[in-house]
Amino acid sequence: MAKIIVITSGKGGVGKTTTSASISTGLATRGFKTAVIDFDVGLRNLDLVMNCERRVVYDFVNVIQGEAALQQALIRDKRAESLFILPASQTRDKEALTREGVEKVLNELSETFDYIICDSPAGIEHGAQMALYFADEAVVVTNPEVSSVRDSDRIIGILQSKSRRAEQGEDPVREHLLLTRYTPERVDRGEMLSVADVQEILAIPLLGVIPESQAVLNASNQGVPVILDEESPAGQAYDDAVARLLGENREHRFLQTQKKNFLQRMFN
Amino acid sequence: MADGGGASAAPGFQFRGAMLPLTVLELYSYDAREFESALCERIAQAPGFFSGMPLVVGLEKFAGAAATVDFAGMLATCKGLDVQLLGVRGGGDELVAAARSVGLAQFPATTSRPPRDEVRAQERTAESASEAKPPPAAADNTPRCASRVVTQPVRSGQQVCAPEGDLVVLSSVSAGAEVLAAGNVHVYGTLRGRALAGIHGDEDARIFCQSLQAELVSIAGRYKISEHLQGSGWKQPAKAELRDDTLIVTPLAE
Repeated sequence: MAKIIVITSGKGGVGKTTTSASISTGLATRGFKTAVIDFDVGLRNLDLVMNCERRVVYDFVNVIQGEAALQQALIRDKRAESLFILPASQTRDKEALTREGVEKVLNELSETFDYIICDSPAGIEHGAQMALYFADEAVVVTNPEVSSVRDSDRIIGILQSKSRRAEQGEDPVREHLLLTRYTPERVDRGEMLSVADVQEILAIPLLGVIPESQAVLNASNQGVPVILDEESPAGQAYDDAVARLLGENREHRFLQTQKKNFLQRMFN
Repeated sequence: MADGGGASAAPGFQFRGAMLPLTVLELYSYDAREFESALCERIAQAPGFFSGMPLVVGLEKFAGAAATVDFAGMLATCKGLDVQLLGVRGGGDELVAAARSVGLAQFPATTSRPPRDEVRAQERTAESASEAKPPPAAADNTPRCASRVVTQPVRSGQQVCAPEGDLVVLSSVSAGAEVLAAGNVHVYGTLRGRALAGIHGDEDARIFCQSLQAELVSIAGRYKISEHLQGSGWKQPAKAELRDDTLIVTPLAE
């Protein structure tokens, strides 16, 4: 049985697809057979970030509607060999995702995969609800600003009331908070919510804090998940997050303003 | 109370609507000796609880003949056991007339949806009308059985309501969330959303919270929004109540 993890946020542009690409790559490089599904039907970003957009023949909706077999639609990642991407359709709309169809695909994937990562679209409508409905765990991606935190709070409420686990009275979906685009300097200046502020409002366990980094944009543009950029703080922070997702106990990094050393101070 | 001699122009009293907690004794059948021994037994289980208790006899489910009920005897029995019989609820014309003749008040029969205990009692009596024993919950529970306790945070976009009693939230109420109660609202976390107490007009309802950061608080329709809450008790443990028709918010520590 595969573990189904939804990457969700409510608000758009906070880093769901970046996170989906990095977490799925991180799981696959550790040897787990991982599938990542783009639920953002109509927009299709994941294949761009994963640099496989030119290899898309069939997509998620084709599989749901029986126009293609799952094996035909899955794209094997070129960097991590146990990673497969199921791209979204760009020509359909989100209503093409039916609960029965999604369930069928997830069940089929479950037979052979260890992890299924569902990259949710923004919003709280049908597409987002389909992405989270079958989840065992949820990574709630949040930026340290008020509207993103509000939307995350909303989506946590939906996870707790409208997921399959909630509807069937099973153990609740395990929620994780992933704070992205964090800038300690701006927190110090009072321009940004701190980790503690966000945690106090959302009250779910912290999976990781990804610092704001130019490396994220560069990686997206090049089609390389940022977790593979081992030099960058963002890449390292994603690696920590994957380790914690697997139960490892790692200390949180990149929470404080980097102290300048003696030489940097001399020449600044 | 305070205006004994001072305010001579003002009337000595004022009428106010109130919803007071009362215990209802649901009568299924009546036999003077049986009634006394059963009541005696119940009181022996919790003497402090029943001492001086105001009681109303519910006649909605009374199955016996009206002539079998001796209200004067019942009144005497209750008085002897230190229970204050106030009146009857429901019942046919004959029963009501008999009750009124001994000075008991008449309360209208319940028409709204019955609380769960009553539904269960109804089912039970339907199953076995003969073994009509009073449901244990009716006497043991205080009338606040409609209270609701929420252990999870109330998240943005969610609405939690206690339509018949108090609402107790053991966690926080997020901005964009709404909590409502017919009675009091207690929030043992931070109140960031909207809280409405006394939604059916109970002016004695109050709101209590561990940290007041609410978007809106309202009691029986009188409300204040966050802009007007900044003065007293903001970001502190606080309570809100109605005084002379005005919503007053004060820190709990005072």
